[in-house]
Amino acid sequence: MTITQENPAPVPPPTSDTSIGVAQAARDSLVVAKRNLLRMMRIPEVVIFGLVQPIMFVVLFSYVFGGSINIPGAGLDASSYREWLMGGIFAQTVTFATAGASAGIAEDMQKGIIDRFRALPMARGAVLTGRTFADLVQTALTLVVLAIVAFIVGWRFHDGVVKAFAGFVLLLLLGYSFTWIGALIGLSVRSPEAATSGGLIWLFPLTFISVAFVPSENMPGWLQPVAEWNPFSAAVVAVRDLFGNQPDGYVAPDAWPLQHPVLATVIYCVVIIAIFRTLAVRKYKRATG
Amino acid sequence: MPGAIYAEGLVKTFGDVKALDGVDIDVPEGTVLGLLGPNGAGKTTAVRVLTTLIQPDSGRVEVAGIDVLKYPNTVRRSIGLSGQFAAVDEYLTGRENLQMVGQLYQLSGRDAKRRAGELLERFGLADAADRTAKTYSGGMRRRLDLAAALVVSPPVMFMDEPTTGLDPRNRQALWDVMQELVAGGTTLLLTTQYLEEADHLAHSIAVVDLGRIIARGTSDELKDATGGDVVEVVVHDRAHLPAARRIMDRVGDGEVKVEEHTRRLTVPVDGGAKVLAEVIRELDAESIEINDIGLRRPTLDDVFISLTGHAAEDQVQAPVKGATKDGGPDAPTAAAGQGTGEGTGEGTGEGGDADGGEGGDADKEQSK
Repeated sequence: MTITQENPAPVPPPTSDTSIGVAQAARDSLVVAKRNLLRMMRIPEVVIFGLVQPIMFVVLFSYVFGGSINIPGAGLDASSYREWLMGGIFAQTVTFATAGASAGIAEDMQKGIIDRFRALPMARGAVLTGRTFADLVQTALTLVVLAIVAFIVGWRFHDGVVKAFAGFVLLLLLGYSFTWIGALIGLSVRSPEAATSGGLIWLFPLTFISVAFVPSENMPGWLQPVAEWNPFSAAVVAVRDLFGNQPDGYVAPDAWPLQHPVLATVIYCVVIIAIFRTLAVRKYKRATG
Repeated sequence: MPGAIYAEGLVKTFGDVKALDGVDIDVPEGTVLGLLGPNGAGKTTAVRVLTTLIQPDSGRVEVAGIDVLKYPNTVRRSIGLSGQFAAVDEYLTGRENLQMVGQLYQLSGRDAKRRAGELLERFGLADAADRTAKTYSGGMRRRLDLAAALVVSPPVMFMDEPTTGLDPRNRQALWDVMQELVAGGTTLLLTTQYLEEADHLAHSIAVVDLGRIIARGTSDELKDATGGDVVEVVVHDRAHLPAARRIMDRVGDGEVKVEEHTRRLTVPVDGGAKVLAEVIRELDAESIEINDIGLRRPTLDDVFISLTGHAAEDQVQAPVKGATKDGGPDAPTAAAGQGTGEGTGEGTGEGGDADGGEGGDADKEQSK
């Protein structure tokens, strides 16, 4: 082992800190995203297990609950329920990517990799942005597989390719905004194990107290507004609308987000990103490992 | 003029714990400072402040002539950090790890690739370059981690317990690298809980305990401050112990210590080599056969015990096995008991079962 090092000549003390521009931030984020994508490719179990749960939900909900749930406008028709259900499953699946972000970042913290990054002259937000980009790619792949499974059990989109595409874009936006919540959780807990459960638990009430699996009409009166103002419900309704999966007689509940589901979803997602990205990047800068 | 690493009055508190309690550091360019102390002494906190990872509550910090608190991002371009827990991504290959770090040091993609190739070659990782780091041995990971810290040949390097948990061969290999770096002009701050490591590598040593620097100087200065030389004899036959003891009592300058099971006798002396020659003559005159005899300077273990009243670490003599990260709160207490029980001059009590190779190296080093 021989190391020949040429140490650069001393530079005069700076009068301002080396600034990091948008271009560098974008490049740093891509470098980190590439790293996380390579990891995903080398641990395919994670991606595969990430697919098992939504596929199970598709099958279980379609065939077990299919004939028993009364959806407004279609009654107890199992095949209508299957179409109606898919928006909920798609949306739930993208939000579950949150747990992956939490666990991944917590693991990086624990292994000292975050420290290595923090001591490098790289953009402060790039480690988290890169991680969320990589999760976005994984989410997109998951959606493709899930759409195929859904197609097999009888789901179709009815309002054209453009609207269907918009539906998938909206799902990706939803998933992306939620990975920032996951990033904050990952930076806040002490171990990857805690991050995995901490990243998942809150998603159950969030996704079930919604119109994803059952209509809000059948819920107790006090719970209905919670479900209807839930950002997750807005996304589910928006996706159903865009895929043309609402039954013919569907009348949207009075809550504003469900009256304007696409707009409401975009607003919700932008607000979530703005808040949680700010908090997560601040937490990253102060992380003490 | 302040050195390449300079800190003044560093204070950092975590809750009720004062991790740093007024630490001053000044490392001249091209030299090595060994920050020596037990777990929890504040070494790692000091490194984290110097490498922009945490902000001190108060104090002034300059690295490579740049104010760390004002211009952290500029400082990051001039430093390399290699840690106790090899911070490499185990699902990336060695090459991918180094390329990523190079790009994040803002090298171009091509330069990062070229540099990664060079470093893999130099650190003996070329054959393993395209395997994931998961398949690497502990020593290989540590080398990869060090290579990552050297991607841009930073003029200032920080190494936080670089050899903790490594076997002797890998430890020696890392020491060689560090010595080459310093020969090339790099300034190095090294934290360690192995007294031997600081002794071997550092131009100057700062002993840290409870967030304060309790002593500083060269290895020799610290040893001089502790006391004079010691003559150490190992007799061949246990039956000769009493006779050997009488001789050493006569020529020595203090109490003779006898370890029955190792047949080892030690006594502080005033007069160095002359006294050693006298001991040999007298032992010979009484036909006492000896296995080993030597004049040794006090070890840094002795220094640490005399400064703090407790040993540096309960496992100081065994860097081979590595220190358990959570030594437990009672570990230092046990060591302290040992230290006081045997008196400050007795450093070998802990080294009694250390492997001979290490002891031999240390002797050679000292006789130079």
